[in-house]
Amino acid sequence: MVAFVLKRLVGLALTLLAASFLVFVVTEFSPGNVARKTLGAYATPAQVDLLYQRLKLDDPLLVRYGRWLGVLTGILRDPLQDPDLKLDFRDPRGDRYFGNFGYSTLFKAPVNDVIWDRLKNTALLAGIAFAIIVPLSLVLGVLAGMREGSWIDRTISIFGIVTTSIPEFASGVFLFVIFGFWLGLVPGTSPLTTSAGWSIASQLLLPVLVLVLYDSGYVVRMVRGSMAEVMNKPYIRTAILKGLPHRAVVTRHAVRNAMIAPFTIILLQINFLISGVVVTETVFAYPGFGRMLLEASLSKDISLIEAATLIALTIAIVTQLLSDIGYALLNPQIRLS
Amino acid sequence: MTTPLLSIEGLRVEYRSSTGAVTAIPDLTLSVAAGESYGIVGESGCGKSTLLMAIMGHLGINGFATAGRILFDGRDLLQASAQELMRMRGHGISMVYQDPSAALNPTMKIGRQLMEVPLQHDGASPKEARARTERILTDVHLPDPASVMARYPHQLSGGQKQRVVIAMALLANPKLLLLDEPTTGLDVTVEAAVLDLVGELRDKYGTALVYITHNVGVVAKVCDRVGVMYLGDLVEEASVKEIFANPRHPYTRRLMACVPRLDHDKHTISFLPIPGQPAPLHARPQGCCFGPRCTGFAPGLCDRAIPLEAVAKGHLVRCVRHERDDLFAPAPQELVVPVEARDETVLAAEHLGKVYDLGGTLFGMGSGRQLIANEDLNFEAKGGEVIAIVGESGSGKSTFARVLAGLQPATSGRLLVLGQDLAQLGAKQRTPQQVGAVQMVFQNPDATLNPSHSAGFPVARVLRKFGKAKSGRETRERVSKLFEMVRLAPHLQRQRPGRLSGGQKQRVAIARAFAAEPDVLVADEPVSALDVSVQAAIVNLLLQIQKTQGTTIVFISHDLALVRHLADHVVVMYLGKVMEIGPVRALFEPPFHPYTEALLSAVPVPDPTVESKHIRLSGETPSPINVPKGCRFATRCPRKVGAICDDVVPPARDNGDGHLIHCHIPLERLRQVEPIFQPEAAG
Repeated sequence: MVAFVLKRLVGLALTLLAASFLVFVVTEFSPGNVARKTLGAYATPAQVDLLYQRLKLDDPLLVRYGRWLGVLTGILRDPLQDPDLKLDFRDPRGDRYFGNFGYSTLFKAPVNDVIWDRLKNTALLAGIAFAIIVPLSLVLGVLAGMREGSWIDRTISIFGIVTTSIPEFASGVFLFVIFGFWLGLVPGTSPLTTSAGWSIASQLLLPVLVLVLYDSGYVVRMVRGSMAEVMNKPYIRTAILKGLPHRAVVTRHAVRNAMIAPFTIILLQINFLISGVVVTETVFAYPGFGRMLLEASLSKDISLIEAATLIALTIAIVTQLLSDIGYALLNPQIRLS
Repeated sequence: MTTPLLSIEGLRVEYRSSTGAVTAIPDLTLSVAAGESYGIVGESGCGKSTLLMAIMGHLGINGFATAGRILFDGRDLLQASAQELMRMRGHGISMVYQDPSAALNPTMKIGRQLMEVPLQHDGASPKEARARTERILTDVHLPDPASVMARYPHQLSGGQKQRVVIAMALLANPKLLLLDEPTTGLDVTVEAAVLDLVGELRDKYGTALVYITHNVGVVAKVCDRVGVMYLGDLVEEASVKEIFANPRHPYTRRLMACVPRLDHDKHTISFLPIPGQPAPLHARPQGCCFGPRCTGFAPGLCDRAIPLEAVAKGHLVRCVRHERDDLFAPAPQELVVPVEARDETVLAAEHLGKVYDLGGTLFGMGSGRQLIANEDLNFEAKGGEVIAIVGESGSGKSTFARVLAGLQPATSGRLLVLGQDLAQLGAKQRTPQQVGAVQMVFQNPDATLNPSHSAGFPVARVLRKFGKAKSGRETRERVSKLFEMVRLAPHLQRQRPGRLSGGQKQRVAIARAFAAEPDVLVADEPVSALDVSVQAAIVNLLLQIQKTQGTTIVFISHDLALVRHLADHVVVMYLGKVMEIGPVRALFEPPFHPYTEALLSAVPVPDPTVESKHIRLSGETPSPINVPKGCRFATRCPRKVGAICDDVVPPARDNGDGHLIHCHIPLERLRQVEPIFQPEAAG
């Protein structure tokens, strides 16, 4: 098992390296040159040319990638912070440190000053949503799949299909009308500041609810399908004909086997909740990671895009590793082979 | 007569679905006395599993027992509450399942699965439950119960798993044990050991058994009384000796005539398969349910309700014409005359070997392990001959088939087909002629036919691929001819495989193989997934086609009785090596290789008056990764000579006529063994 995890960690590092190269290539080669994007639309051609030379943008791709990697790992200085350029890019951490993602032209601040707050906000939202989605979907999925075709199964399945098929912007508006407009319990936007007199908790309620409704319907259906399949297995018949009560058959014999298949899907929801909730964040003006990524892309903020994509990728690869480990833990046939 | 332990009276079971209800069991009455062993024989779809599930009160969400009573110990199980059913399953009736791998929870340790029973039903403390479980595991002869309990099911062999399932059933101290084909899918030596165990436990605990199986030999071995089921009806019931000596119902008689026997072969006897197929449940025939397939069907007599009639003491038959001979007269065209082998070597293996590199080290570095699947195979087959390769799982017989068919290249030696060496050639490197010369029929017909193509499609494709038919019209004609050859109705060409029965699918597979006009047909367990009567029909078909085509058949099987019937030459393999090879008659008589002897003594003989010699192999087949250095069989050989068996590869001892035995024991001593089968002493 230890060897397995080590092997996977090495693989993880390699994947990340390859992914970072792709991210670099894709962002640097998007339309328009890097110097122009950094300086913005109002810079003179002379300024752009100067920066172009300073950044040595004529160099081959691999050399530039190596330089970027050097800045990221703190081996090289960040060229943009050179005072000669008069860009006024200042980072209190200095121009050479590990994890230097560069300077966000959109927010006029080092990427590290922007990105972690946004990630924290999203992690808060995603964490609460995930903490509700998982137990809720497991319970509902198991209840539905336990007796295929029963009224509980039908009710839960229909509920799942309905909530999944309503888009987030629709359910967001709909829920606001109920909870905000009619009942006056929650604000319409969630900027996560208490200046308007709304508590942080009340600001979180609607975004969390939208995400839970949207995502749990999908997870419920996955769990239900797997559970229904397991309930038809011969070993469940063995458990029943052993004379075990239905509850023991479900909890002791069925649930663990029914978790094996949806486990990966459940962990994939983490990725979705971190980087895929742009719509919800936009609807509620939530200062989150997804919305930041969207804004950065729209204003061609290269450093921020690169950093955000890299972080999203890291999260995806780590959840993948976790799901592989969890899969092995749940399934002794894999763990012990 | 005392009250029976289990008494089923007028039971009717229906399955309901949105399209209506079908009756699986129309009206069934039988009883089992305490301590008795009752066998139920029948083919797939005859309702025997439904019967067991009705007894267990577990018919699923769409199954209903709509009439009758199932009295167990005086209580009607059909009226029992959920609580009573649970208690009954925990203390009265328990069950042993087919396919033990599927019957055990893969994510729970054996110990926990077993201990659940006493914990649930006896209120035992965990310590007591553990002690009882260990005791029962010792009773089912599993060495080192504590370590077995700490393992997961996938860490045990098939035979060990079945012992665990039996132990689980015994933990409930049942008065009645229901066994649902418990040895189907197990190797013959494992099957024999499990059957021994069932008999031994029955003597020890006095448990009554209901044993359902399609294997008539198993019934002869373990049952006192036998009921034969067809389409949900009990068509005949008698003591085991009576039913084998004097079967009366046409279905029973036909079924018995489909069972291969170790004292006959294709030259002395023909299988008599049952024409047609069982009627579907929703179109049950009027009167006798076997009527449409019976040669003695008489309108006006057989199409009325047929009562069970007592023809002797304890012998019941559901047939109004059972005294008439015409019920069983075989039509002359049913007799199969096998072809004589030509004097021409079609297939020859010379020092053929196949080794798999297992790697298995971190990032592929370091010295890899090797799995020796075939080593030094030497044999040849003549034109029009059936050469059988027998052995248990892991013997390497399927690996040889794959090499021969070009699915994998061999790693050493030569494999000559019509004089051309194909050993290193995969199917891709072979010329179309070479590919066409060797065709395969696989074990599982469900998996070999593409469900989205019609049955005629694969046959037509082979014809075009090998240039056997040029135009579309010619292709259609040839497909029709091939379907006729395998006795399939022409309209089935357009059916999807999902609508064909197992036997029909296997016929399509045979038609596909013969479309290429092969010189060698490799049949890898082609009938082991089929019912006995279907198996008999397919075997007859192969022999008939061989007669006209002169094809050499390599028949791979674990069923020795079937091999005895079909083969001209037999190769016995164990762990990748040949143990014994010879003409079929010589192989089934002394001198034997000790492994062949053990295999033969494990075959359940479909005759209750015959006693087989009791030879049981101890332990498990060793892993093919760490093969014994000397004789492969040395670790389990009951006649091991000494250290020489472990260290020195045994010589081939020539018994004449191509009969070779690879053993350190000299022929004279091998010859001095008693025959395996002995008629029971009179009295």
